[in-house]
Amino acid sequence: MTPIRALLAFLYDFVVGDDPTIAVAVVLALGVTAAIAAGGVSAWWVMPCAVIGALIGSLHRAIRV
Amino acid sequence: MSREVLLFVSVFLASAVEGVEAVTIVLAAGLTRGWRSALIGVGAALVVLAAIVAALGPALTALPIDVLRLFVGGLLLVFGLQWLRKAMLRASGFEAVHDEGATFAQEVAAARAAAREPSAIDAYGFTVSFKGVLLEGLEVAFIVVTFGSNQHDVPLAALAALSAVLVVVAAGAAARAPLSRVPENTLKYGVGVMLTSFGTFWGAEGAGASWPGDDVAIPALIAFVLVTSIVLVGALRRRHARLITAAGGAA
Repeated sequence: MTPIRALLAFLYDFVVGDDPTIAVAVVLALGVTAAIAAGGVSAWWVMPCAVIGALIGSLHRAIRV
Repeated sequence: MSREVLLFVSVFLASAVEGVEAVTIVLAAGLTRGWRSALIGVGAALVVLAAIVAALGPALTALPIDVLRLFVGGLLLVFGLQWLRKAMLRASGFEAVHDEGATFAQEVAAARAAAREPSAIDAYGFTVSFKGVLLEGLEVAFIVVTFGSNQHDVPLAALAALSAVLVVVAAGAAARAPLSRVPENTLKYGVGVMLTSFGTFWGAEGAGASWPGDDVAIPALIAFVLVTSIVLVGALRRRHARLITAAGGAA
C-alpha cells in the first residue's frame, strides 16, 4: 500500500469508523439545518432528531442477526 | 456595581462556561484514551491559539467562527455517536455476542499491546482535545476582545478570562482522580454522551441555528441524549434476552 493510500485509509477509519452511515447522516443533518436556518426558520430541533435517528438506525443494523 | 466589576464578572462567567466545555472534553479524552495524547492535544491547541491571537489581535472577531463550529461540531458528533453506539452495544450485551470469536480476542490483544506502548500518540485523544481547546480558546479570546473593546479595558477582560480558566482547570484536575475509578465502559458511555451533545450543539450553531437559551441548551442536550440512550439500551437488553431465550429453546 502506498503512503498516500495508507493515509487515506487511516483518515477514513479515523473519521468514519465502524458505521459510515453515521457520518453521512451527520453531514446531511447539518445541511438540512443550514438550509432551514437560511430560510429564517428555527432549525435547532433538526440535529437532536437526526442524532437519535442515526443512533437508532446504526444500532438496528448492528444487532441484525 | 462599578463598570469594572461588571466587566470582570461578565467576562469571568462567560469564559468559565467555555472553560468548562473545554475541560469536560479534555477530561473525557484523557480518562478514556490516555493523558499523554490528550495533554499533547491541549498543548498543541494552546500554541496554535497563541499564534492566532498574536497574529490577529483585535481583528480576531473577523475569523469565521461559525465555519469552525460547523467543522468541529460535525467531527465531534461523528466521534461521539460511534463511541456511544459501541458503549450501548456493550451495555446491552450485544457487543459480547458479536465479539466472542477469535477476531475479538485478536483485537483485544492488539489493543492491549498498543495501550502498553508508551511512545504512541492516540490520534482520537489528541484530536478531540486539540479541537475542543482550540474552539473554546477562540471563543474565550472573542469574549475578551468584544467585552474588553466595548468597555475600553481589554487587560481587565483578559485578567477575568484567565482567572476563570485557572479556576475551571483546577476544578477539572480535582475531578480527575474520582473519575478515574469509574468502570471503563461506563466512562466511554459518558464520553459518548458528552461528545454527541457538544457536537450536536456546535454543529447546529455552525450551520446557523440558534439554541433556545444559548449555552443553557447544553445541559438539556446532555440530559436528552443520556435519557434517550438509556431507554434504547433497555430495549436492546430485552431484545438480547429474547434472542438468548430463543437460542436456548432451539438447542
